[in-house]
Amino acid sequence: MEREITLPAAEEMVRQFRVGDILYLTGKLFTARDEAHHLMLDRKTKGEEIPFDPAQMALFHCGPVVKKEGTGWRVIAAGPTTSIRMELFEDRFLADFGTKIVIGKGGMGDKTQAVLEKTGAVYTHYTGGAGALAAKAIERIEEVLWLDELGMPEAVWIFQVNRFGPLLVTMDSAGGNLYSELAKTIDRNKEKIHARIQE
Amino acid sequence: MQNEKLKSALVTALKKAATILPTDVVNALKSAEATESSKLAKEQLRAILRNIEIAREGSIPMCQDTGIQTFFVEAGVESPYLASLKSVIAEAVAEATVAIPLRPNTVHPFTGENPGDNLGRFMPYINWDLVDGDEVSITLLPKGGGSENMCALKMLPPGVGMKGIKEFVVDHVISCQGKPCPPTIIGVGIGGGADISMKLGKRAILREIGSRHPEAAVAALEEELLELINMSGVGPMGVGGRATSLAVHVEYAYRHPASLPLGILVQCWADRRARIHIAADDSIEVN
Repeated sequence: MEREITLPAAEEMVRQFRVGDILYLTGKLFTARDEAHHLMLDRKTKGEEIPFDPAQMALFHCGPVVKKEGTGWRVIAAGPTTSIRMELFEDRFLADFGTKIVIGKGGMGDKTQAVLEKTGAVYTHYTGGAGALAAKAIERIEEVLWLDELGMPEAVWIFQVNRFGPLLVTMDSAGGNLYSELAKTIDRNKEKIHARIQE
Repeated sequence: MQNEKLKSALVTALKKAATILPTDVVNALKSAEATESSKLAKEQLRAILRNIEIAREGSIPMCQDTGIQTFFVEAGVESPYLASLKSVIAEAVAEATVAIPLRPNTVHPFTGENPGDNLGRFMPYINWDLVDGDEVSITLLPKGGGSENMCALKMLPPGVGMKGIKEFVVDHVISCQGKPCPPTIIGVGIGGGADISMKLGKRAILREIGSRHPEAAVAALEEELLELINMSGVGPMGVGGRATSLAVHVEYAYRHPASLPLGILVQCWADRRARIHIAADDSIEVN
């Protein structure tokens, strides 16, 4: 089903989301790729605070193109990056920071699936490369963090968004996983393909 | 000769490549959307088509990964631009990075340092081909990291033959799932050597969708590979569906009898290209 969601999203609500649902988000997103995950988890380990609350926002695997305009910034293009790179630390990140909606592309692995079930979160897929479409739904940049240390793609950008989507739920908190379901079909198709090649 | 005019043509080409998808690719995506039966797959293709439209209308990059700028230059040995071309290309990339803007993507592999202008050691990368005459043709390929990460080289034992080649290509594309942003364009390079097969594969993705290799046997292999890949069910963005790839292009070179190099180059749906031609009368055309 199609759902209009205003962030922050409560765990009880997110626990109802199922694979195949399409979400449109209004509220705040923060971007984080490899380096930003590292940095925030490192701060957590050291007992240091980070200057925003990831539990109130959706996490977007994205390295945007932004342009300086006057004293502010404007988003030019902001599609998702490949999420599986974040599999190394996403379970810890979601457990430690309480983020309930992850946006990326390509899906994630078993460790993330387990933490989604434990913490009541979902992984959603945004059309890869649709950077201009995404930028259109971003109303403004609220803040940028660690820009000097991490550079434009890896910095944490906080976006205020309006009807950001379509986001397809591909991993849910009840163990639903579009990728593992699909993998069974693909394996069957692969056998047929191999048989044809050997004809 | 006019280096300023050439630089400005290169900036125009960089902008065109980043913001306007070539017609052959748009048409292939539209036809994939029309023939797709899965609702989820259709939704992905529609989002891509809307995105392409927004980028074109607003003259903004269609994808936030504006890629690594790669140039394929066919330079006439008598062209007056031979000496300056390399530096003019680099200047144009730096200028375009600010003007379009492009994401500053080049980083030092050891330190992670980002110069901010898409330049750096060997960047932008230029493939040179020297030809007769005094004209220059440049093809620009801004290639994103997600699909580049899915490229593969396999040194097959020659005994596996054509069946082995087919199996490896199809299995590899299936194993990529949604990661390279399908529907993809697959460039296959066969023979030559390890490096040559990869280069041939990359050249193959420069070809227009719908074009076929001039040799019938190679053209037939292209069609068969596309059909086999699209039997997999991976689909647009890996959400399931028919359109896993839009095209397969194959190039080959003669090989060592003991080696069967197979290069697989994966290009995302944002198959961005632009061409620049410098004619003998010094006129410059971008398309």
